[in-house]
Amino acid sequence: MSIEPHGATLPATSGLKQPYHLVDPSPWPIVGAVGAGLTVLGIILVAHYSSYAVLVIGLACVLGVMFFWWRDVVRESRTPGLHTPVVRLGLRYGMTLFISSEVMFFVGFFWAFFNYALFPENVSGAVHPVWPPEGVHTFDPFHFPFLNTLILLLSGTTITWAHHCLIEGNRRGLIMGLGLTIILGISFTSFQALEYSNAPFAFTGGVYPSVFFMATGFHGFHVIVGTSFLIVCWFRARAGQFSPQRHFGFEAAAWYWHFVDVVWLFLFICVYWWGAGVPAVE
Amino acid sequence: MSHALDATAGEIEAATVRDNRDNYLTDEWTVWSWLATTDHKRIALLYFASITFFFFLGGAAAALMRFNLLTPTGAIVSPETYNRLFTLHGVVMVWFFLVPAVPVTIGNFVTPLMIGARDLAFPKVNLLSWYLFITGGAITLWALFMGGLDTGWTLYTPLSSAYAKGYVVPVAVGIFISGFSSIATGLNFIVTIHRLRAPGMTWYRMPVFLWSLYSTSVIYVLATPVLAMTLLLLAFETVFRVGVFDPALGGDPILFQHLFWFYSHPAVYIMILPGLGVVSEIIPVFARKRLFGYKFVVWCSVMIAVISFFVWGHHMFVAGTSIYSAIVFSLLSFMVAVPSAIKVFNWIGTLHKGFIHFDAPMIYALGFVGLFTMGGLTGLFLATLAADVPLHDTYFVVAHFHYIMVGGMVSAFFGGLHYWWPKITGRMYPEMWGRVAAAMIFFGFNLTFFPQFILGYLGMPRRYHSYPPEFQVLNVLSSAGSTILAVAYLMPLFYFAWSLLAGARAPANPWGATGLEWQTPSPPPVQNFTSTPVVTEDPYSYPSPEAIQMEQAETGEARPNG
Repeated sequence: MSIEPHGATLPATSGLKQPYHLVDPSPWPIVGAVGAGLTVLGIILVAHYSSYAVLVIGLACVLGVMFFWWRDVVRESRTPGLHTPVVRLGLRYGMTLFISSEVMFFVGFFWAFFNYALFPENVSGAVHPVWPPEGVHTFDPFHFPFLNTLILLLSGTTITWAHHCLIEGNRRGLIMGLGLTIILGISFTSFQALEYSNAPFAFTGGVYPSVFFMATGFHGFHVIVGTSFLIVCWFRARAGQFSPQRHFGFEAAAWYWHFVDVVWLFLFICVYWWGAGVPAVE
Repeated sequence: MSHALDATAGEIEAATVRDNRDNYLTDEWTVWSWLATTDHKRIALLYFASITFFFFLGGAAAALMRFNLLTPTGAIVSPETYNRLFTLHGVVMVWFFLVPAVPVTIGNFVTPLMIGARDLAFPKVNLLSWYLFITGGAITLWALFMGGLDTGWTLYTPLSSAYAKGYVVPVAVGIFISGFSSIATGLNFIVTIHRLRAPGMTWYRMPVFLWSLYSTSVIYVLATPVLAMTLLLLAFETVFRVGVFDPALGGDPILFQHLFWFYSHPAVYIMILPGLGVVSEIIPVFARKRLFGYKFVVWCSVMIAVISFFVWGHHMFVAGTSIYSAIVFSLLSFMVAVPSAIKVFNWIGTLHKGFIHFDAPMIYALGFVGLFTMGGLTGLFLATLAADVPLHDTYFVVAHFHYIMVGGMVSAFFGGLHYWWPKITGRMYPEMWGRVAAAMIFFGFNLTFFPQFILGYLGMPRRYHSYPPEFQVLNVLSSAGSTILAVAYLMPLFYFAWSLLAGARAPANPWGATGLEWQTPSPPPVQNFTSTPVVTEDPYSYPSPEAIQMEQAETGEARPNG
């Protein structure tokens, strides 16, 4: 917390006095887009020919770009005069909009779920229009799912604890709070994996499993992304890169984490609990 | 935002133009300086190149289709090829031309200039967005040329997931990737418009184009993820046989239509709102008059964007959805007509008593107003439940949306391109050729698509390779029109290219327009402005018609720019 690299207000890259940050030309967009293309091409190749080479290269490109691009952003944020107040506010708006967009992504999954859960007659081939469809044994919501709910809710408190420590300049508390949040996030993913491996239905077993696995699976993916984001923040916190005044990287991670938390609450209440019917008999 | 009707000011500008060697085009000219650029102006040009390619590719497919429909049995291609052709046409034109067209090219170029900023809020994200766009485009094109697909651009299930012959998943993946480009672009514009406005540029001093771009961006950010998720489900269903949409796997095909149109109907407004914005810019300039009812025009853009999220059901009136939902969606669809009509009235109000200059951009804009009105009015037929039943899936629908998308949107795109061409390139296009092309596009367009209204009304279904012989006359007329249209669309390609080499040097403000983008040299310097402009006036602050008349009476001078 001792470093305060953000004193100056004049941009370093331009001789003009203006509040914008004009970035330098960057190789990462081209590498990132090529990586994204190779990744999807790789997935197609895996599906058709079981060859993983292209997929691995593609993913490596994407992950590499994420690392180097955000490394650049972190460096810029620590270069005096680049991340002016306008730029910082812009980043906040950007993150908010990105999360809004992600929310709409999940709206689609919930739409698919409610299309069948509220209107079971939409399930083709069902003899009786009931939800869950006949023959589907669902999870007991108050087993792993409830445990996972508690884990995520607890992680919401630990990240808030970390945030308060950060604002009060308590770096030890910040690192502790972040570390606990990361551990809780990893526990969530582990329990989710355990739950999947004990699933009483297969992925291709009809509409219920499709909707269930797609919605919870994509949520799980977002939890992993959020956890990675928190891990980056943990290292940055240890390196003393956050100050009580300026720590947008941390805040963005926290917002994202709250977002996956809220999506999970909806998943738990709607899909696991309300949509469960009679739980499977173990 | 002073108006530059003043001749001496124009001469001074013209003098400085000759020395304008230090601009964004001449700054550094290496391949890498273009491929890694973060300058919104250069990225706009990269987009221009790719968009032009997709436009002519989609256009070529349309030309082949029209050629095929010269004879009732199909003149040149087999039914299978015909299906692939109209799918290629739809996929390329919707996702790789119309959805990005105006925002990523003109919008990218002029947004920072219009608000007095140096660049967009996230220049690197802007570049990423172009790369994602061409990556998605490349994958889709690869799939379309490997054999294509025959589902139509709507990819309806279970046709696409269980029965389609072709490359559904690669096409879906290509669109999926380009969707991220849309989201990134929308996000960038919203943040830019919120945060980077120059001092004094309040929301109500922003040009209307930015309001429509803002509304479009909101749809980009909020609707595109739903399409992304739908395409993911489609790909999972096709590859892993996970039942979501396919009735054979327990799925609900109508669910696909709901999710698809929840994106694709707002996407219709993604396509047209920027066009409405461009026209709202052009008309006041060439009528030398303040935009009539500025606040109404801007809030109508926002209203259209909001309503667009609640009308998707009108694509499914005959798909077996509930009659009650159909009534609600019909009513909501009628509501879109209200803000759209308000805009048309405001444009006409602007033209009223204006000093109208028939330069090429204005001809496009006036053509837009007429064609947009036609397209909008026929939309009311289709929003009417009883009328939609016989008209659904006929050429009436084809003609209706082409009046909006091609007659409206493409005209607006070309109009905007002519209008900002001097600013973008620093060269004037040949005015005479511009006017001829604009008039030919209007004529060719109507000859192509008006007969299709009649064909649809008579019951000719869309997407068929052949038709009963009694429809031949109208089809030949339509194909003849498309030939004129094709020639007219190719003309700007040639005279724009010519103008780059031999066009007259453009002054900073060739049209005598208000707006910050005209206060910086053409082409603009790398950082857009030498000092951050300060805005003190409302947009479109042209003198009143009476003041111009008095001035002319005093000086005995003809209209400027006449």
